[in-house]
Amino acid sequence: MHLSEEQLVWYRYGEAKGAAAIGEHLAACATCRAAYQSLERVLAAVDQMPAPDPGENYAAAVWQRLEPRLQQCRPAQRDEGAVRSLTLTALFATWRRLALAAAMAVLIVAAFLLGRFWPRPQTVARQPIPEQVRERILLVAVGEHLERSQMILIELANANPGPQLDVSSERQWAADLVGDNRLYRQAAARAGDPAITAVLDDLERVLLEIAHSPSTLSGGELERIQRQIESGDILFKLRVVESKVRRQEEKPNGL
Amino acid sequence: MPGSEAAVSRPEIGRQEEFRLLVEQHSRALFGLAWRMTGNQQDAEEVVQETFLRAYRSFDRFDGRAQPGTWLHRIAVNCALDLLRARRHDAGRVELQAAGSDAGDAVPARDTAPGPERLLLSAEVQRRLTAALGRLSPTERAAFVLRHYQGCPIEEISRELRMSENAAKNCVFRAVQKLREALQPLL
Repeated sequence: MHLSEEQLVWYRYGEAKGAAAIGEHLAACATCRAAYQSLERVLAAVDQMPAPDPGENYAAAVWQRLEPRLQQCRPAQRDEGAVRSLTLTALFATWRRLALAAAMAVLIVAAFLLGRFWPRPQTVARQPIPEQVRERILLVAVGEHLERSQMILIELANANPGPQLDVSSERQWAADLVGDNRLYRQAAARAGDPAITAVLDDLERVLLEIAHSPSTLSGGELERIQRQIESGDILFKLRVVESKVRRQEEKPNGL
Repeated sequence: MPGSEAAVSRPEIGRQEEFRLLVEQHSRALFGLAWRMTGNQQDAEEVVQETFLRAYRSFDRFDGRAQPGTWLHRIAVNCALDLLRARRHDAGRVELQAAGSDAGDAVPARDTAPGPERLLLSAEVQRRLTAALGRLSPTERAAFVLRHYQGCPIEEISRELRMSENAAKNCVFRAVQKLREALQPLL
């Protein structure tokens, strides 16, 4: 029984399970040792790829280009309600984000209902939520929603099709996101934004597919979902719309 | 910062000075990371600029909770991924400069004065490696660069790329397999 290619790769990177046993096997088995040495040669060649030196004055050049742009790009203040952490450690399950998205969803519905059903006041007892604020709320909520949706799709798009893959947690996330997605899609349609509406429509189909899939996928089922994700170029569209939404979010007056 | 005082407040000037130190300390390392991820000097410079702009926007919220280098590194990975995905969409795959012209332009490879045969072989290895790296998906390339060049453990890669540890492992493994297929016949 020889070592698998995967075992050799993780042994090389010091992250193999049972590293001691793998080391012993390599010492005893000429075939595996040859395979490992071949891997070593490939990775050594990768190491030798010439690394560029941007030059001694690179930092000064960066600052020179950067400084004028910083004037137009003041840092987000804590009290501006900025909700997006730029660190990539902001993981999917952050309760703050979920709570925020839920609160935004409630606000959108409330804003919609207020606008639609609240009796037109003769004497103004209550101010409706201004249109601009409503749009800003929608932008923040949609941005968060798109980011969370991307995480599931990236996860599945990068999964390795094997005999069986447990996707119960992705399935549950997708089911949770479908409801929000429908709400945001309808709100975007009402706001007259066909680009966001179309992307959310595409996203909804993929999320439904994932939510309705079995909790354990066969290789073929996973590949079908991966094809669906790839064929619509949905991940790219999501990223484009998310960055558009984020840019609008950063404008002082929203849209 | 002559000429800028009139336009910005005193705390703003202090913040910019503090930020300038970060730029001085981390530009070169970020350029190295960005170049590994994009394979292209122009894109790497774009990633570095965008990284600092994004970092500046959230500078107030940074608060030293992480090491500045780690914080900037994470933003740079994200920026490079965005750019790779956009390039991939635009061109079908990441456009990489040919190893020869790239080195001649701004990436002076260290000359170890090997013989002509070895030079030819080395150039072919570089050509194949560059092409193979260009064929990796953005996530595979990012995961591989983080694992191989940056020495990040899988757990950290999964956090940075927002994927499960298994998915991160698969990305690195697929990348190594592809590089191996491309280079093994020559080595």
